[in-house]
Parts: sequence; C-alpha cells; structure tokens
Amino acid sequence: MSQAAAGLRLHGFHGGLAMAGQRQVSLEVPLAAADVPERIYVPIGQHQGRPGDLLVAPGERVLGGQALTSSEDDFEVPAHAPCSGKIVGLCERPASHPPGSLRRCIEIIPDGLDEWAPPTPLDDWATRPPGEIIDHLRSMGLVGLGGAMFPTAAKLRGPWAAIHTLILNGAECEPWISCDETLMRTRSEAVIRGGRILAAAVAAERVIIAVEEDMAGIAAGLEKALAARDSGVEIHIAEVPPVYPQGGERQLIETLTGLQVPSDGLPQDIGLLVHNVATAAAAFDAVEIGRPLTERIVTVTGPGIQRPCNLRAAVGTPIAHLVTAAGGYREGVQRLILGGPMSGTALPSDEVVLTKGSHCVLALTERELAPKPEPMPCINCGECVAVCPASLMPQLLFRALAADRHEHARDLSLLECIECGCCAEVCPSHIPLVDFYRHGKARLRVKDLDHRRAALAKRRYEAREERLAQEQAEREARRRARAERLQKAEAARDEIQAAIERARAKKRAGD
Amino acid sequence: MEFSTAGAPHLPPGNRVDRIMRRVLYALIPGILAHWLVFGWGIVFQLTVAVGFALLFEWLMLRARQRPVRVFLSDYSVVVTAVLFALCMPPLAPWWVAAVGMLFAVVIAKHLYGGLGYNLFNPTMVGVAAVIIAFPVELSLWLAPRSVSPGLPGFLDTARAILTGSTGHLDYDAITRATPLDLLRTGAMDQLRTPEIQQDAVFSRFGAAGWDWIVLAYLAGGLWLLQQGVIRWQAPTGVILTTLLVGSLLWLSGTDVYPSPSLQLFAGSLVLAAFFIVTDPVSGSATPRGRLIFGIGVALITLAIRQWGGFPDGVAFGVLLMNMFVPLIDRYTQPRVYGVRR
Repeated sequence: MSQAAAGLRLHGFHGGLAMAGQRQVSLEVPLAAADVPERIYVPIGQHQGRPGDLLVAPGERVLGGQALTSSEDDFEVPAHAPCSGKIVGLCERPASHPPGSLRRCIEIIPDGLDEWAPPTPLDDWATRPPGEIIDHLRSMGLVGLGGAMFPTAAKLRGPWAAIHTLILNGAECEPWISCDETLMRTRSEAVIRGGRILAAAVAAERVIIAVEEDMAGIAAGLEKALAARDSGVEIHIAEVPPVYPQGGERQLIETLTGLQVPSDGLPQDIGLLVHNVATAAAAFDAVEIGRPLTERIVTVTGPGIQRPCNLRAAVGTPIAHLVTAAGGYREGVQRLILGGPMSGTALPSDEVVLTKGSHCVLALTERELAPKPEPMPCINCGECVAVCPASLMPQLLFRALAADRHEHARDLSLLECIECGCCAEVCPSHIPLVDFYRHGKARLRVKDLDHRRAALAKRRYEAREERLAQEQAEREARRRARAERLQKAEAARDEIQAAIERARAKKRAGD
Repeated sequence: MEFSTAGAPHLPPGNRVDRIMRRVLYALIPGILAHWLVFGWGIVFQLTVAVGFALLFEWLMLRARQRPVRVFLSDYSVVVTAVLFALCMPPLAPWWVAAVGMLFAVVIAKHLYGGLGYNLFNPTMVGVAAVIIAFPVELSLWLAPRSVSPGLPGFLDTARAILTGSTGHLDYDAITRATPLDLLRTGAMDQLRTPEIQQDAVFSRFGAAGWDWIVLAYLAGGLWLLQQGVIRWQAPTGVILTTLLVGSLLWLSGTDVYPSPSLQLFAGSLVLAAFFIVTDPVSGSATPRGRLIFGIGVALITLAIRQWGGFPDGVAFGVLLMNMFVPLIDRYTQPRVYGVRR
C-alpha cells in the first residue's frame, strides 16, 4: 500500500532547515559487524529509569543474551550480555551525558567463543494479549533506539486511551547520520514485522513508516517487503521531506497528521505513538527470533574518520574501538560527537561506551569547526523566528536571558524550546543561542526546585507551629482539668471535714 | 584520546552580519547608477561625504564607548546607513547637510541607544528627518532630471557647489526644478487641479521623468534581495500594496485632487523605503505578520503626510512613527507556539 494509494496527505511543520545530507559518506561501504573488543562495558540503567539488581557475580561465566540485571517494572530495563565471556565486575565508565559524568557498567572479558543462551521467542504472539507482548519486550531489554532510550514497555503500557496510529520514525534528518537508512536497507522485513508487533501491543489500527525523500530506494524496498506478506494491520509508507528536524517526534507527527502534540502532553494523548524504526526491528528480534537487545547499528563518520561506515556493534563497546574499526582518526580531528552535528553531544574522550541509544559517532576536524567569530549584537533580523520548529521568538528569548529575566523567558515559552539548534545555525551574529536556552532552562528548573523546597519548608514550619499550638492547648487543657480536679478534691475534703465536724458536734451534743 | 567539548550545534553558522550588509549595498548599485545617469555627479559626492562622516562618527563613538573598532567598522552597517541617506539627499546639497544628518543618524540614533542592534529608530530616517527640519531650503532644491534639464552641472561645478555651499557659478534657476511631490503640494495650495499640475515636464506618463528609472532600479535591487533571502516579502508587500490600494481609492474619489497611485509609488522614495528601509531588521518588527503591519503603517502615514501634512514626502516620518509601535506589534503578532493552545 503506497502513500498515494492510501491517500496519506503530508502537512509539514513550521521552520526547520534543509541541510546538506552528507549521508552518502558513510553509505559507500556495506554494513559490517565490528569485531568484539577485548573488554566490553555493558551500561546498566538508561537515561530514564533505574538500574535493576545484579544477577551475576564477578568471575562468573555468562552466555551471549544472558540477563545481567533484573527488572521489577517497566522502568527497570534489564541489560544482557552481548557475547559469552567472564564477568569482571562493576565499574564506572565516562558517560556521554551529562558531560564529565560516569556511568555504572558491567565489565565483561569476552572469551571469543560467542556462545549464546537458547533464544526465547514469544510463540504465537499475535494471539496473545498485549500485556504479554509488552512483558516480553521488557524482558528483552528494549528501549527507544532513536536516542532517548526511553523504556519501550513503559511507552507501550500507559494510562492513555486508545492509540489508533503507530508511527515508525525512519527520518534521520541530521546530516551525516545514516544508521536508520542502513537498517531499513538491510532489514526492511524486520522493520515491518516489528512494526506489526508494536502495533499489536497497543492495538493500533494503522502503522505509518516515515522515511526521507532523499533515501534512494528505501521506500520501494519497504513496499516490496510489505507486498511479500500481508496482514491485518494497515501499513503506509510515507516519504517526508528531508528538513531538519523532521526526525523530531513532534515535528514528524505534525508532518504526517497535521496535528500538534499538546505542549504539556504526549503523543499518546492524541492517539499516536512514535517508535524508531530500529526499535521496531529490535521488537522483531525479541519476539520472533527471541534475541534480546545487545547490539545496534551505529554510523561512524565525519571528515575526521578514515573509512566512514555503518557498523553493527555490541552495546558496551568503547567508542575508540569503533573508530579503530572504521580505520581510525584522520589528521586534524578535533571534536568527537555522539549524535549528529546539530544536536549531538561532544565527548570529552573516546573511552565512552556505546549505549543502546547511540546512533552516530561523528568526528569533525579543524576545517568544519573553523574558529567561530566573536558574537555580534543581535540585529533582530528574525531569521531565527523563521526557522524555529517550535514557533518561538528566539531573539526575544535571547534578549530576556541575556538580561537575566528568566521569568520573562518562561512567559515567552522558553520551556517549549527543543534545542534543535536551527536558530544558532542561521544567526548572522553568531550568538550561541542554544547555550543561552539550556542555561536559562536549567536556571528555571533550579528556581522551581527552590520554590518547591521553600513551599515544603513553609508547610513543615506551619505544621510544626500547628503541632506546638496543639501541644500547648493540650497542656493547657490538662492543667485546667488537674486544677479542677484539685478544686473538686478540696471541696470534697471540705465536705468530709464538715461532715466530721458535724458528727463530732453531734457526738459532743450527745455526750 | 581526549577531545575538547562544546555545546551543539557543532556546525559553524552559515550567515554573517557583514555579508547581509554587503548584499544590501550590492542591491543599491543599480539605484545609484540610475541616480547618476538622471541627476549627474551629485550622488557621487553625496555618497562620499555621507560615508566619510558616517565612518568618522562610528569610529569616534566606538572609541568613546570602548568597543572593538575593527569588528564594528567592518560590519558595513554604518555604510548602509550612509548610502541610504545619500540617496535621499538633493544632488547639490552642501556637505554640512550630510554631516548633520550623519551626526543624528550615527551618534544619536545609533550609538546613544546602544549601537548596532539596539537602536529603536532607523538611523537613516532619523538623519533624514533631522535635515528635513534643519535645512528645509537646501532639501527642497533638486536638480532637474537629465531629460528636462538644459544641462547637468559637470564634475567640478558639482564639487564646488557641494563643498562651498554656493551656487553662484551655476545657472541655478535653469538647472533646478521642484520635485514632482513638491509641485503637487504647492499646486494644491494654489488650488490647482492635479491634471493641471501634471502638465509640468517633470512628470512622465506614469510617474515622474527620470525618477521612475531610479525607482525601477531600486525595485530591481530589492527584488534581488528578496530572491537572495536577505529580506522577506512581508514589509515591502505591505508598503507597495497599501500605496497602490489606498492611492487608488484616493484617486478614484477625486482625480482632480489626488495623484494617481502610480505617481504615489514612482515619484517619491516609497519604493526605496519598501525594500531598503522598512526592511531594516533592527528597528522593524521580527514577526512575519508584524512586518506586514509595519509596512502597511509606513505607507499609510506617508500617504497621509503627503496629502494633508506639512511636508511633500513623509517616508522618514512614517518609518519613525512606526518604529515606536514595533514593541507593541511584536508583542501581539507572536506566532502560536507549537502545541500551546491560546
């Protein structure tokens, strides 16, 4: 079913940038598997969610696909061994984000035998209740492979009402990155069948697979895979314009449906769910093959890399090892970026390990990073307004933040900024706008936290005052009661005395 | 291996202030050439004097404000200010007119308000407004365009007139001519009908002799800027459509009293303003709808001043008055933020 036949009308989103793709650079050589490094450091716990309890002990031998950590709920995603080998133990490795931080990893020395635990597919998944599919995906360690690593099970199982459309995001949109295109080229069948599984998990009626117009042959390949196998769910393939940030969840939704996700809500609130195409392929592996998520395709590219390429690599492989697999660095390499050039994170070192969400390793040289000229004053040209996908007024935000007027920036919807970098890219004055926004958002977060803390302290103080007052009142009441009792007792004594006196008087009178 | 880090985006930005300003200057070249063809050497001296004083004042103010001189002198913004100013001056205006104009434009309107990016008012228009008020006589004396003139003054005669401010060496009455807008204004005061006023040779079929070529050259430069993406369509469209629409309504309401809409457009500096002045980013609106409103406002005020005000042309006042409304316009024309319901 093609896009035209299905009558899927594209809408588009505000702003954005058409950028030189540079994708071909890493597509010239076919996908290859990176060899297994000497040591693997499997990260435990993703950006979102907690790490589970350790299931293995130092010195223990593990098989490929064996679970290393437990999973109590949807936010606890288990880690699996990407190959057989010996567990060394827990260690801390430099993480990509936040910069300079460390992440807990399980260190494994591969034994080179590559023995795997028996696969555990979910048989007859189509006849099972959605809950079972979701449980299975969780146990196979699925997280969003588009970058955010949000636990897939938590995204599928939510309190929201009916989800009618599942969108598979194959729009890479940033220059240089080509891992999703490579995946769709080599595993179109897995993407489509995984899409069916994910759709079944939320009982969605249709699936839209979004690919970019300039991905030659991808849409046709998917169509072919689609024709080969027909099934209940309606599947469309949509070719979207290659405009950055087309791959942003909210932008893609607007392009495909014309709807905007409410700023305080989720796509699920409007009956939509977005997953990366690689997540769909991983769902296929998990359910039909029975293999947990232990590897991914990563683009290793850029002018600073000898042989740019796409690699299938084990989660936990150090970036340095991937760079070696791509022929090493070139002369003049200056910056190593995890992600794309527009929104990626600059890495302090190549010791950082590959996570499930790392889609691209980009090495730039002095040439691309040509010393940035000093920022000039903002001339209010409005180029940033024209490109902002969130329809903000970036120049007004900048002026507010430069003047430390954070609340004013909040009123100008600073928190709706998606940090895509379009504004900074077109700014003729070379103002590092995104830095201002990140800093401003952090300030607002701290401020809100302080606010909440202050409110909490106030509540505590008031509660204490109330308690003290109550204790005081109780003490008062007790004292009064005692005094009364005392008074009563005295009165009784007086009465007794009087009775005695009377009796004595009687007695005396009687004598 | 260790690497230095920095915040995203990691690509160098693709645009530069000085590139924008240089392109604006390129777009003015056809207009300058047309001006030279129609009115002779005057524009060359006007440009030289205005740019010279502009650079001098910019340098002095940057020094006084302890700003990096080289960075800001090479952004070309002050050159644009000066060139636009020169294009608004009569060809033989003495040099001190430009000096005073640049004093107001560069020192007062620009630097006393904080320099590049901070000025509330369009510097060129502040300069023009200042000299319209300060030198009414000098500003009303235009040369007759080449097609009507017995002979344009030569290079040296022009230099002498501008540098000394005296015109004794020239057959002044023969070579000067009131501008079409001046004629319309004085004619109206003498209770003349518009068609009678337009008998004068300075008017052409659809505008003003000579002036229309200059205006067409501005239009060509402006369209190039649009095509290059240096300016956006809203402000120029606002100015031109409003001029044509309101001009037509006026004209239809009384062809004896009001000039035709094409004359409104081709006789004054509205087209220059539409593409080069109303599009000034710093003192204009930054929202798409705001730019349209800004352009409409400038045209309305200009037409009103031409018709009922005390000056033959009102572009400078139109722009300055609309500059005052920019914060208000920007506030109420903000685009709807993604996912936020109003």
